[in-house]
Amino acid sequence: MKIAIPVDNNSMDSSVCISFGRAPYLLIYDTETEGSNFLDNSAAASQGGAGIKAAQNIVDSGAEAIITPRCGENAAEVLKAAEIKLYKNTNNSIRDNIESFKEGKLSLLDDIHPGFHQHGGK
Amino acid sequence: MKIAVLSGKGGTGKTLVSVNLAAVALDSVYIDCDVEEPNGHLFFQPKDLQKERVTVKLPQADPELCTGCRTCVNFCKFNALAYIKNKLIVFNEVCHSCGGCLLFCPQKAISEKEREIGLIQSGISGNVRVVSGMMNIGEVSGVPIIKKLLQDSRKENKNVFLDCPPGSACMVMESIKDADYCILVAEPTVFGVHNLEMVYELVRIFQKPFGVVLNKCLEEENPAEDFCLQNQITILEKIPFDLELGTMHSNGQIAVRKHPKYKELFLNLLKTVSKEARHETASDT
Ligand code: SF4
Ligand code: SF4
Repeated sequence: MKIAIPVDNNSMDSSVCISFGRAPYLLIYDTETEGSNFLDNSAAASQGGAGIKAAQNIVDSGAEAIITPRCGENAAEVLKAAEIKLYKNTNNSIRDNIESFKEGKLSLLDDIHPGFHQHGGK
Repeated sequence: MKIAVLSGKGGTGKTLVSVNLAAVALDSVYIDCDVEEPNGHLFFQPKDLQKERVTVKLPQADPELCTGCRTCVNFCKFNALAYIKNKLIVFNEVCHSCGGCLLFCPQKAISEKEREIGLIQSGISGNVRVVSGMMNIGEVSGVPIIKKLLQDSRKENKNVFLDCPPGSACMVMESIKDADYCILVAEPTVFGVHNLEMVYELVRIFQKPFGVVLNKCLEEENPAEDFCLQNQITILEKIPFDLELGTMHSNGQIAVRKHPKYKELFLNLLKTVSKEARHETASDT
């Protein structure tokens, strides 16, 4: 099964990125083959809707689960429609989180924030 | 002449200044661009109300025609579209209604539907035509409403007073785009200076002629005034801190219609502003 993690760098020694939509890279990790693939998150630089685009990229990668510290409302809607499960990371290490995931120790992410909209003038 | 009244945050006296200026001018239009919390109409209590819906266009895909090519998803710069499980999802609040996806869909699968985001209400209060933009609750951006307000105001040849949204974000920029002159309202505190600086930056970026009205002035030190002096900013008027004025305002009364003292103060301000604005236009040429 493939899982996705927003990460700060394109290396397994990198850490989980605190942002989902604006993470520089998205790690797609295959739990069976243990292969890892780092996608450039093309959404990171976009003006708005970064979460939506990042979520679309993850869906397109074929991942079935995501480990992330947080997720915006819109992105969550995309992931829900794609039936991708969201898990909350326990710490910053990619490897630790993958291990915890394999052992079924991660809990589902329920903290979905309303998103930071640049427009609207607030 | 179109005059925009702005301040870095709410409660500074922006509505006090714009409402009273409009009321003291002979024949004028007051436009409330603070679409999230319009309250100018509470003072004017306009009659003969007319309401007009403001809508934006939203794309929708016909699942029968859509082949899932994702041309639209890739095109949308605002990332308002996602294609998931053979279905196009449109994020209403993210969509800017640019119509691009509709143009670029090779299957002609996208059509537009209207969605109401707010309304514009206008009416008459004595010498003032009062126009207010009101954004529906839960909407993210009032920019389309402000655009519509300003479009309508372009037809006016009377003096127009724009009560801008607080702050300095998109909606404020939209509001001051066609103003001939900007009045910045500031409070005499350190926070007041901070808020003033925000709008000061903005009017400079937009290269608008402007001046400051210092509100709630006491005899004591006034950091906002110091800021103006340091930066050679024109001080148009100093409105004294005055319980009577505050009470009238919080009771929804228009000071210039109640009290000759304030009528004189705002008439003076209007004169100063007109002179400043004319001076600016003259030196442009
Ligand atoms: S109308 Fe424009 S902003 Fe809205 S979804 Fe289509 S391309 Fe994106
Ligand atoms: S461009 Fe048209 S056909 Fe292609 S995914 Fe979008 S709606 Fe469907």
